[in-house]
Amino acid sequence: MENRIDQVQEVKYTAKDFSSGIDVKWCPGCGDYSVLAQVQKTSPDFGEKRENIVWVSGIGCSSRFPYYMNTYGFHGIHGRAAAIATGVKLANPKLQVWVATGDGDMMSIGGNHFIHACRKNINMKIVMFNNKIYGLTKGQYSPTSERGKHTKSSPYGTVDWPFNPIKVATGSGASFVARSLDRDPKHMQEIITRAAHHKGIAFVEIYQNCPIFNDGAYFPLTEKETKADNIILLEHNKPLVFGANKDKGVKLDGLNPVIIDLNDGVHSINDCWVHDEFDDNPTRVFLLARFTDIPGFPTPVGVFRQFNKATYDIDYVKQIEDVKQKQGEGTYEKLMFKTGTWEVN
Amino acid sequence: MAKQVQVVDDVTIRFAGDSGDGMQLAGTQFTDTTAIVGNDLSTVPDFPAEIRAPAGSLAGVSGFSLHFSSSDIQTLGDALDVLVAMNPAALRVNMRDLKRNSTIIVNTNAFDTKNLKLANYSTNPLEDGTLSGYNVIPVELTKVTMATLEDLSLSLKEKEKCKNFFALGLLYWMYNRPLEITEKWLATKFAKKPELLEANKRVLNAGYNYGETTEIFTTRYDVKPAKLPKGIYRNVSGNEAVALGMVVASLKSGLKLFLGSYPITPASEILQELSKYKDYGVVTFQAEDEIAGIASAIGAAFAGNLALTTTSGPGLSLKAEAIGLGVMTELPLVIVDVQRGGPSTGLPTKTEQSDLLQAMYGRHGEAPVVVLAAQSPADCFFMAIEASKIALKFMVPVILLTDGYLAFGSEPLRIPTFEEIPEITVKFRTEPEGFYPYMRDENFVRPWAIPGTPGLEHRIGGLEKKDVYGGISYEPENHQVMTENREKKVEQVVTIIPDVVVDGAEEGELLIISWGSTYGVIKESLKVVRKAGKDVSHVHLQYLNPFPKNLSAILSKFKKVLVPEMNLGQLSMLLRNKYMKELIQLNKMQGQPFKIAEIEKKIYEVLGA
Repeated sequence: MENRIDQVQEVKYTAKDFSSGIDVKWCPGCGDYSVLAQVQKTSPDFGEKRENIVWVSGIGCSSRFPYYMNTYGFHGIHGRAAAIATGVKLANPKLQVWVATGDGDMMSIGGNHFIHACRKNINMKIVMFNNKIYGLTKGQYSPTSERGKHTKSSPYGTVDWPFNPIKVATGSGASFVARSLDRDPKHMQEIITRAAHHKGIAFVEIYQNCPIFNDGAYFPLTEKETKADNIILLEHNKPLVFGANKDKGVKLDGLNPVIIDLNDGVHSINDCWVHDEFDDNPTRVFLLARFTDIPGFPTPVGVFRQFNKATYDIDYVKQIEDVKQKQGEGTYEKLMFKTGTWEVN
Repeated sequence: MAKQVQVVDDVTIRFAGDSGDGMQLAGTQFTDTTAIVGNDLSTVPDFPAEIRAPAGSLAGVSGFSLHFSSSDIQTLGDALDVLVAMNPAALRVNMRDLKRNSTIIVNTNAFDTKNLKLANYSTNPLEDGTLSGYNVIPVELTKVTMATLEDLSLSLKEKEKCKNFFALGLLYWMYNRPLEITEKWLATKFAKKPELLEANKRVLNAGYNYGETTEIFTTRYDVKPAKLPKGIYRNVSGNEAVALGMVVASLKSGLKLFLGSYPITPASEILQELSKYKDYGVVTFQAEDEIAGIASAIGAAFAGNLALTTTSGPGLSLKAEAIGLGVMTELPLVIVDVQRGGPSTGLPTKTEQSDLLQAMYGRHGEAPVVVLAAQSPADCFFMAIEASKIALKFMVPVILLTDGYLAFGSEPLRIPTFEEIPEITVKFRTEPEGFYPYMRDENFVRPWAIPGTPGLEHRIGGLEKKDVYGGISYEPENHQVMTENREKKVEQVVTIIPDVVVDGAEEGELLIISWGSTYGVIKESLKVVRKAGKDVSHVHLQYLNPFPKNLSAILSKFKKVLVPEMNLGQLSMLLRNKYMKELIQLNKMQGQPFKIAEIEKKIYEVLGA
């Protein structure tokens, strides 16, 4: 199977080449604008011709995304983006297939398609805009809304426990799992580009602010004053350190992550957990994903894990080629007349 | 004593026993041999929903029926001439289908206290007079099978399992069929297990010789070859025929075939069959659910494949929203619905025609699709090709209705040459100059521009699109125009479908209109009533949306119109609505096909005879 990524690109694109030119109709201040800008900016680096890129989406604010990209696009129905994208990819494995989706679209109504796309390792990229709310339907809680959240459909607070998308993806066997933020363009560009070059399914969760129905959901992670203490950057082979003065770290005490003070005279950077993106064992990914569930812990952003795993599309094509090699290309004669026929004269 | 040979026109036999008794296998072997000796035939398996119900129980009875004839036949026939009953339960379950004076071959070894009790017999029906009036042939099938294999080192269980071939051999003798075809099959099947090959061969021959030498058999029967049109034939079931037809459509169109499907009775065999054809490049995606099955097919259609999804009633319900997406995006898509008894889980292994209105209208919004229906197992082959052709030509979802009876039933297919099959021409749009995604040709068909084509990058989706240009549009007038365009496109299909042909007089007292799998039984009923001098005409519909354009004129020429259906009157409703014509209904909802006698009786009733 050829590796599309290594192909030499004939045309040099700019971000503008990936804009469809139609009016973008998200609410002013929506985090979606940033995702669109970063994707358009990085698209020239995807190593793929524009006509070979397909954006597929479901339903929701984020799912308007394909209309704004000057590539092939398919705006599907609620929850089914991953399944539609799977069909596109298997119909023509040479295409680079992207899915734009939201927390409601992918974690709720599309949950089944999501876990199976991850399990099968279909070679496509899923960018999930997580604003922890249903925006397009005007403000009901979503499967990622925090417990107790007051919304239009939960005036007394939710009693639901939220999904942790990183855990869902990891548990389903996704071979690339990452998170970024709408208000950190540079970081998002890096993560999107790396997802584009991953062979296999890539899941990128983007924390995205909905200024209308869930404004400020991520402010502690994005605002200047609080950011450093609440975000921890995941970088391969680097210790888990955070804080404005890089004076806090996370160490692993058995299976429990513990926050340590690097200036307490007891701990040093050598005690910190060193991130390994290529870890075979998903256990540590689950521990990292848990940080957002433990009060006081920083939110990890970056690539949680990536690993090589045979992809469905490549292996399917290989199986077809193997059978053709062994049995020869199918013909009408072979199909219809091979066995069990008789002649009437 | 010399045995008599009696020539008969047609015979219906049934092999019946436990699910594990190998009845389907014995039946299939008899079918293959019968096909090759040149009879016309029709087969139907009847198996329980349970995979392996307890041995000897009524729930576990599995049957295989075969009707073969020296003339052209379309259906099974109402009643059995011969029943092979491997145990008391098989006898009890099948008694009601027997003709008077028919032959029952019973395995007496299985008629022990335990099995009699399992079949709810308080006394032994072989001894208490239950079977008086039938020609009962008691055979110690298990015992003679074991005796035949005494010197072989196989286990007792392996030996006992050969008894279906004893019954098969016996029937080969009774109907004067050669053993070679089954022997050849055995040689391939057990090429690596010489002892099993020897055992089955020996038992098959023992059964044959048993008929030849035992005095209880006085007569053997001869069914002469049928005069079928010249050509090369093969036997096909409906599900197999759909799969073959789709592969042929792929070859004809030059498009890769993509199937997105989720296993469901009675449609799963199409998925299984197509998964074999990797040498044709066929992609079978066994999806996580019914919705993913169709959603992936829509994705594949967008990317330029011949896209197919296969299902049965409950699955068609789940796919409804996505079919609407197919209508809106105007992509070619074939949806095969193998109907079963409903609603809900209903009767999964039984047949019904009750999805017609769902196929027509089972979606939100105005969402017209083309609806076709196959009329026989072999016709499934041609209608699958036809469905593909229409979907590709008109960029539209096409629902092909078959049903459980067609899916599992089989009949000979005269294999057409590749040239005899209609051409399917597909032209992808490649020219960027003047391209808009929703521009239309004279048939209201939009261009198919697939990803990978430079300069044609565009976006489609479920939101209403601006006429011609394809951008999102909420304009009131535009929605009206687009809704009407989608409807007109489906109506345009009428221009390429054949006029329907009246079987019988062009005008008269009574016209029967039917669709789907009732074709065979209605044709057989017509033979009967016409023999009795009744003038009845018949129209069978393979195109249900749109209807053939000459249907209206035909309807107007008959005083009475009878519509037999395996539902509560769904075609009747469509016909009444469209043609404002008074109709007489005949509706059967028993999970079983009509019997000839039922149609016949209704015809006499309608004619007042």
